[in-house]
Amino acid sequence: MSRRFIVFVAGFVALVTLPYWMPGVYYLNVSSQILYYAVFALGLNILAGYGGLVSLGHAGLFGIAAYAIGYMLQAGYGHPVAILTALVGGMASMALYAVLSLRATGIGFIMITLALGQIIWGLAYRWISITGGDNGINLHGRPHPFGFAINSPVAFYYTTLVVFLLALASVAVFVRSPLGAALMGTRDQPRRMTALGYHVWAIRFWACMFSGLLTAISGVLFVYYTQFISPQALDLTASAEVLLMVISGGAGTLFGPIVGAALVIVVKSVVSGFIERWNMLLGAIFVVIVILMPEGLVPGTTRLWRLARRKAGARASRKTELEAASKAEAKP
Amino acid sequence: MTFWLLLTVNSITFGGLLFLLAAGFSLIFGLMRIPNLTHGSLFMLGAYFGATFAGGMLAITFNFWIAVLMATILVAIFGTVIERFLLRQLPGQQMAQVLVTLGISFIVADFCLMVWGGDPVRVDTPESLTGFIRYGPLVFPHYRLAVIVIAAVATVALWLLLDRTRLGAMIRAGVDDPDMARVVGIRVSQLFTIVFALGAGLAAFAGIIGAPILSVYPGLDQDMLPLALVVVILGGSGSLLGSFVGSIIIGFIYNFGQALLPELSYFVLFLPMLVVLIVRPQGLFGRFVP
Repeated sequence: MSRRFIVFVAGFVALVTLPYWMPGVYYLNVSSQILYYAVFALGLNILAGYGGLVSLGHAGLFGIAAYAIGYMLQAGYGHPVAILTALVGGMASMALYAVLSLRATGIGFIMITLALGQIIWGLAYRWISITGGDNGINLHGRPHPFGFAINSPVAFYYTTLVVFLLALASVAVFVRSPLGAALMGTRDQPRRMTALGYHVWAIRFWACMFSGLLTAISGVLFVYYTQFISPQALDLTASAEVLLMVISGGAGTLFGPIVGAALVIVVKSVVSGFIERWNMLLGAIFVVIVILMPEGLVPGTTRLWRLARRKAGARASRKTELEAASKAEAKP
Repeated sequence: MTFWLLLTVNSITFGGLLFLLAAGFSLIFGLMRIPNLTHGSLFMLGAYFGATFAGGMLAITFNFWIAVLMATILVAIFGTVIERFLLRQLPGQQMAQVLVTLGISFIVADFCLMVWGGDPVRVDTPESLTGFIRYGPLVFPHYRLAVIVIAAVATVALWLLLDRTRLGAMIRAGVDDPDMARVVGIRVSQLFTIVFALGAGLAAFAGIIGAPILSVYPGLDQDMLPLALVVVILGGSGSLLGSFVGSIIIGFIYNFGQALLPELSYFVLFLPMLVVLIVRPQGLFGRFVP
């Protein structure tokens, strides 16, 4: 526990001091991207990891929040109204998603959410009078929360960091709460949970709403970061990418989605500067992860680490035994 | 009137292509319970391979139909490799299956971009089918009619395979109750390979047959996969009849939607699927609820 605490504090300090040691604004911006995608992945992990409900349509919700901001700002409303609309819109869409897709679990859930995501993508792409079609919507300026301008990369980074830490804390609390435990129960033993008197559907529904809230928040951060929203942000690839962040990092773990988000964003925006075929590399990384550690990077590495330590421990104890034995032999 | 009739022919052509694509998806899904998210990539790969063999990109230019055959076989082999070496290792692990099939589709998409570039590749219609049929004011390209015939023949062949042969009976048994099928001595895991190869081959076949109409371009995989998915949800997984009816319905909705309601074309495309999910979750002809 204490070692975990040290790692946690070290990570926190590293994140807070990041603008001071990160070389260059470019890498600071990449860090902001990782953080808001991590919020997205944390949100999806609630469903895919803790609820066993794999959604391939979450980019649609993300996109609805982003488009809501763009549309409201264009219509002349202020930032607070726009953000509120985005969050309410994202949650309302999630409620609709949940009502339709919670009729199924497993592969059925994947397919229904995928189709719903495609509907939203199709609307964004074709309903040009609202969304601007392929041209998207441009934003002008970022909000000033509590009179604090977040136009500079450093200020935006800290805003994202605060939101990210709040999201992480809320997920940590959720997982330890009775609702979180019940959600994991519905993932592992839905029939037993029903027999115990739990309302499985309602538990899943509220998990969906929490997931939808985090997704909408990350959509808001995304659109304020890029100042631009187009259908590309919510196509199937986008949904797949965030799901891959969750699964590759480790679904159903607190830190897995964050590691996954860092992996995908680093390959996408940093490695792609050096390797032209970065998409192939990303695909190959996913396949290798499945082969070597199908449970994901974080649990997989923990498992290998424990195994290595146990082996090293066994070797060390054998060594001391041998030494003791040789000493005992040497004595007489 | 002319407009409607042309739209109808186009819808049936597109429905036929969709059926070839979706039948394999439906069988794989029905038998192995795997959401094969590489299916769009297999379609695209088949189209690109066929374009390469038929379009004179190699030293020899093959006859279109020989190119179709070669592309189909190549992709079927690729499908077998995926099934044998990757999916076989992950029975029942949904997340890992999603991760690996998406990973492969990323690799295939980037491979295609690397080899064939970002510009659309045009595939010429085979010379014997370049003509038109004129019927009053109507003009029907031979090729589109030929696609309908090919899809119809493939439908009948698939139906015969599934309904009249021993292999078909084993596959149907595997779809309905895999455990019981194992108990009575059917080697279900061997069926997995056969069905996956068959599905991959069919997708590639659809890709190259459709190439002269749709042309081949990066992103074709992302365009086709959701369509296959909608067909399977609408028609019901594991059912050939379901895939057939679903494909024709989606073929019509796709073409009429594009022509009449361009702004909402994707919305109307996915709407019937939602209605079916609410009213009849197993799909119109489905054998089980996924």
